[in-house]
Amino acid sequence: MMNNTPLLQCNDVRKAFPKPDGAELLVLEGMNLELREGQIVGLLGRSGSGKSTLLRLIAGLSEPSAGHLRYLGQPISGPAPGIAMVFQSFALFPWLSVFENVALGLEAQRLPRADIRKRSLAAIDLIGLDGFESAYPRELSGGMRQRVGFARALVVHPNILLMDEPFSALDVLTAETLRTDFLDLWAEGRMPIKGVILVTHNIEEAVLMCDRILVFGSNPGRILSEIKVSLPQPRNRLDPSFRELVERIYVEMTARPQGNPSARHERFPGLGIGSQLPQVSSNLLAGLMETVAAAPFNGNADLPDIASDLQMEIDELFPVAETLQMLRFAELEGGDLKLTEEGLAFAHADIDERKRIFLRHLLTYVPLAAHIRRVLDERASHSARKSRFIDELEDFMSEEAADQTLRAVLRWARYAEAFAYDDENAMFSLENPT
Amino acid sequence: MNRFEPFVFLRDLASRWDVLAFIVVIGLIAFLGETSRGLFAPLSALDITPLSLDPIHLPEYAARTTFRMLAGLALSLVFTLTYATWAAKSERAGKLLVPILDILQSVPILGFISITVVFFMSLAPGRVLGAEFAAIFAIFTSQAWNMAFSFYQSLRTVPLELMEAAESFRLSPWMRFWQLEVPFGMPALIWNMMMSMSGGWFFVVASESISVGHTTVALPGVGSYIALAIAQKNLHAIGWAIGTMLVVILLYDQLLFRPLVAWVDRFRVEQEPGVVVPSSWALTMMRRSRLIQAATVAFHSIVLWTSRAVKRTDKPTLDAAASPRRSHDLLWVLLIVAAVVLGLWHIVAVLIKNTPLVEALQVCGLATLTMLRVFILIALASLVWVPIGVWVGMRPRAAQIVQPIAQFMAAFPANLLFPIAVYGIVTWKLNPDIYLSPLMILGTQWYILFNVIAGASAIPAEMRYVAANFRVTGWLWWRKVALPAILPFYVTGAITASGGSWNAAIVAELATWGDTQVQARGLGSYIAEATTAGDFHRIVLGIGTMSLFVVVINRLFWRPLYYYAERKYRLT
Repeated sequence: MMNNTPLLQCNDVRKAFPKPDGAELLVLEGMNLELREGQIVGLLGRSGSGKSTLLRLIAGLSEPSAGHLRYLGQPISGPAPGIAMVFQSFALFPWLSVFENVALGLEAQRLPRADIRKRSLAAIDLIGLDGFESAYPRELSGGMRQRVGFARALVVHPNILLMDEPFSALDVLTAETLRTDFLDLWAEGRMPIKGVILVTHNIEEAVLMCDRILVFGSNPGRILSEIKVSLPQPRNRLDPSFRELVERIYVEMTARPQGNPSARHERFPGLGIGSQLPQVSSNLLAGLMETVAAAPFNGNADLPDIASDLQMEIDELFPVAETLQMLRFAELEGGDLKLTEEGLAFAHADIDERKRIFLRHLLTYVPLAAHIRRVLDERASHSARKSRFIDELEDFMSEEAADQTLRAVLRWARYAEAFAYDDENAMFSLENPT
Repeated sequence: MNRFEPFVFLRDLASRWDVLAFIVVIGLIAFLGETSRGLFAPLSALDITPLSLDPIHLPEYAARTTFRMLAGLALSLVFTLTYATWAAKSERAGKLLVPILDILQSVPILGFISITVVFFMSLAPGRVLGAEFAAIFAIFTSQAWNMAFSFYQSLRTVPLELMEAAESFRLSPWMRFWQLEVPFGMPALIWNMMMSMSGGWFFVVASESISVGHTTVALPGVGSYIALAIAQKNLHAIGWAIGTMLVVILLYDQLLFRPLVAWVDRFRVEQEPGVVVPSSWALTMMRRSRLIQAATVAFHSIVLWTSRAVKRTDKPTLDAAASPRRSHDLLWVLLIVAAVVLGLWHIVAVLIKNTPLVEALQVCGLATLTMLRVFILIALASLVWVPIGVWVGMRPRAAQIVQPIAQFMAAFPANLLFPIAVYGIVTWKLNPDIYLSPLMILGTQWYILFNVIAGASAIPAEMRYVAANFRVTGWLWWRKVALPAILPFYVTGAITASGGSWNAAIVAELATWGDTQVQARGLGSYIAEATTAGDFHRIVLGIGTMSLFVVVINRLFWRPLYYYAERKYRLT
């Protein structure tokens, strides 16, 4: 029987959280998504792009600020019986045995005791946990724990399985085994599920597992593009068409946001101090510049290559590359990272020269750094309270983001010796404390 | 070893909620005191089988004391599971309930006894039962508060993913409580139960041998036995009592707490490698026994059965943005206003009308004396126990020996040292203001030792190797390695010790041996005297002043120090 109702529909979903000052923090906007039977849909994006938030809306763990979510045509209000979730850090109850953890969802449904037992054992069997029924989570390896997570989700016979970065807390080998096992079960139709939504920040994982990939952008979270993956399963990572798709997604994700073209070439004093800055250490910046400057890249690197070379996930690599771009040490376009002249000069300089170059770029291209330096210069005491800058930043962002941004700029400023900070009394100053 | 974290729940220095809570609690005490006065006369005669100092009765007395302790513990558990849950689940109620708990914690335990004994005895007039209630309630007040705090804090820190898992698998709130929240809070709760038990023993004399005005009750038990031994100057009996206590505390430890600690170990969410798994022969035995197994299965079935009986509502509960209902808000505000007005009224009626300003100032002076004593004693105890604690903490073998001894010492009632103190002071004509003071810290100094040991054993081996490698020794080692590393732990211990010492002042500032009485000037002896005289105005005034001092000292001194130590010296 072919059913025409989609398993899941999201229309114009929007989610915002209230901020303490009454304004709201927009995390998701204009979310449209449809899941049909037999599909694995991937939500791919960096942290902060709202993909996990969307997953929690679908799971009924929180409510959208606007828009509609429908499961089998019915509005979602609260956790639906046919939707189950697998968590990133497993979320097993440490005081329950494997069997009890798996049975928990059925207990909540108040099924007869015998049914609970039969179905739990079947799920444990299916996912390859035979013999571990009486073990406690602490006795299991990470991979085995996540298998319990899968069994616990499958035992309730959900139509939709939600997976929140289920492999990201595992080591590379274990993750690959679990992925393969899952795909085998899925292909053979042995799992009682009809559709899957997978949240991930791993591009290769998305291409390996999904039929469709929705690429998410940040600030606020939204869908940048939708990519159909029609490669036949099982897929081969070394297949040229696989590589091509990975490359294409890299290009997609490094595309400059439209409608914000002035960000690159112009700088007005006082403008732009309100942009959030990523937490990237100067060591990472220097390290990436050195790597790109050296052979075989010689100043111009393909992002997928460098990601696999350095064993970095996009969540780690992108902030570094973007910071280099912000500081005009590199250009990021079309999935390539190309060092500028100054970036090359930095890579080949000695420590003192590097600090000089970095200082120049920091004060020229990071308005917040320039602003703090100017305030310190102008004051007779050459010092200023941290709260002063936090207050200014909070006009643009949440308290937490303001604190992080200030920490980020401080890291770079310390490296460049632009200004100093004393954590004890929360003061910025020009001199280094003795 | 676990650490007791005193302040994690309240970050701000003081809020209007603290003031409200103070008024409500002290008002309630004033109200009870006032009411008790009316009930006083008809209950003054109460006959109980006379106690005997013959050691043959000690097993029976010990059993009775044990039963009271268990009853107090059970009551505390019920209180914890309800009060703390309410405070944690309702944003609105929590704002007042948490400060109230903080104030209750600062009210001296003997204060509760003197105020409530008459009320409880009126419940069962002319019978021992009323006095039993009073004693159990007194034990309850020495156990409940820190347990409730610990559970409240656990409820607020359940990992989000576990909450989400419970939610997405559609556990009902009832099922979530028993399957997730209670197990999660269990390790900290058990640890606090052990601490509570020591507190209960420290005040065992006061809670069993109650003497308020003309009401004198001596319930059969180890505490009353000690009281009688003191009254009759019987050193042999004191020795027997110490022996009995040792045995009972040991049995408690082996049969109740050790199995609990070993059992609850699996409830821990974070699993650090290399930590020794606690073991208990009693637990192993229980697990293997069919009877116990059947009981566990039965209990599990009850939890599941009740889970089935209670319905779940299909509504996301994790979203904090649920809209507040206006009518409830109004009702709540009215309730608080009423409580505060009533509280204020009673405080005015009892205290201000009946207390001349001179007396109030005098009491503040006495409180200052006691405060001075507490601070000096903590400083002295630190000088002794910090070096010893560090030495022990660096040697796991020694720590294993020292810990149970210290645990027993923490439960050791100050009354047992009265003979030595009184004899010494009288014989050598010593100044009681100075020489009675050590009794105050007798039971509480051990918290400094516990925590310092925990801190020293938590110093990473690498840090110690570095110090050895660069030959950092002597005073430099203490200044740069040991003291900073243990500071957060030490502050926690000092806070517990300070709070406990205030509480102990009532027992320690007035010592008797037979008909000889030695008294130190201070707020503790003031309250003790007022209690003996049955003067409720003075009792309430004394208790109110003591809570005020304790709360203010906590807020102005200990809490800032705690945060400073946590921020700067916590090794993560």
